[in-house]
Amino acid sequence: MSDDTVRKEPIEGFDDVPGTTLFDAQRARQGYHVNMFCMSLMKAENRAEFKADEEKYLRKWPLTEEQRKAILGRNWQRMIELGGNIYYLSKLFSTDGKSFQYVAATMTGLTQEQYAQMMLDGGRPIDGNRSKSEWQARGSK
Amino acid sequence: MANIVASVNVSHVPAIGAAWDNGKKNDPYWQPVFDGFDFSKKWIAELKPDVIILVYNDHASAFDATIIPTFALGCAPEFPPADEGWGPRPVPTVIGHPVMASHIAQSVILDEFDLTIINRMDVDHGLTVPLTLMFGQPAEWPCRIIPLAVNVVQFPPPTGNRCWNLGKALRRAVESYPEDLRVVIFGTGGMSHQLQGPRAGLINKEWDQQFLDSLAADGQTARAIPFIEYVRETGSEGIEMVMWLIARGALDDKVREVYRFYHVPCSNTALGHLILENASFSK
Repeated sequence: MSDDTVRKEPIEGFDDVPGTTLFDAQRARQGYHVNMFCMSLMKAENRAEFKADEEKYLRKWPLTEEQRKAILGRNWQRMIELGGNIYYLSKLFSTDGKSFQYVAATMTGLTQEQYAQMMLDGGRPIDGNRSKSEWQARGSK
Repeated sequence: MANIVASVNVSHVPAIGAAWDNGKKNDPYWQPVFDGFDFSKKWIAELKPDVIILVYNDHASAFDATIIPTFALGCAPEFPPADEGWGPRPVPTVIGHPVMASHIAQSVILDEFDLTIINRMDVDHGLTVPLTLMFGQPAEWPCRIIPLAVNVVQFPPPTGNRCWNLGKALRRAVESYPEDLRVVIFGTGGMSHQLQGPRAGLINKEWDQQFLDSLAADGQTARAIPFIEYVRETGSEGIEMVMWLIARGALDDKVREVYRFYHVPCSNTALGHLILENASFSK
């Protein structure tokens, strides 16, 4: 079985939740090495080694080509889809000197300023964001 | 005998710890957050608990992807603040209560909750931010603290009902401990927030308020909320609120709402805070 197998055991009702990736047991298995690579960045000496030569450092983990590309390109949404979890990925974006708000904003298509303003205005409203049918109805995303 | 007399529910947003540690607590953005805990600080200083059972989740700090315990009880003598990648928070080491924690572990396992026993663990912002909010910056934390780490990172987490029932088992464990100790249980995390994907930034004030209302009543509505409702209505990280049900389950059916605070935004999150006392408890 290839390691990039997509989720086989959906939790009932979940597939209707829009714009959200479920970090369940199957996706955690898929992303195990992505997340363990991120954990290695908790140590200062590993951060230095990674920064010196990212591609070389990544060869220590048996990542898929897609995962490797997503990490090198800092494609946060893609890392999430390939089994990364935001709390693990935080070790990588902290190494980059970036914040949760910065990374969240990149995944929403907003600038960091627009995203921060949305939060100050009370956050993304639940109405219109409960289900995929609501997203389709308004023709976005 | 020991007694759980009250619960403190509170969000544990890491940016709160960073704001406090970096001297930003009087910034216009942060001041309303910290002001929201003025009452709580006085309340807990007067209550003087001997022990806090602190229910929280680790955020890939002490536990990585190699071992994922659903419920893990800290039985160590002490728990140092974790280095989460930018150095440990400058807060006191958490002093545990290994004798009581070991009693609780034995009691709840015989009560059919097969939890993991942890004898060495660093504690991250999930545990230390609630302490900062409730106690400020003392030279040492004013009481013993027994950490209870719950997996809410890899889905599915334990159900709300399972958490509620663990709260009941914790209460039985505490009440079978012979020493007269005053115990407060903390349920931390939440409220609505989503940190990933195109729906990141979700906040659901109405749902959060209904959840608080249910806990302040008998909790039965909140107890029955299924996993999928947390994800849909409160975001993928809103699921942390199941930990509040462990604290509520450990209280009487009848409680007094002592204090409530709700504030948006706190970084990416709706900050919620609720203090409940057992109706049977009088100071």
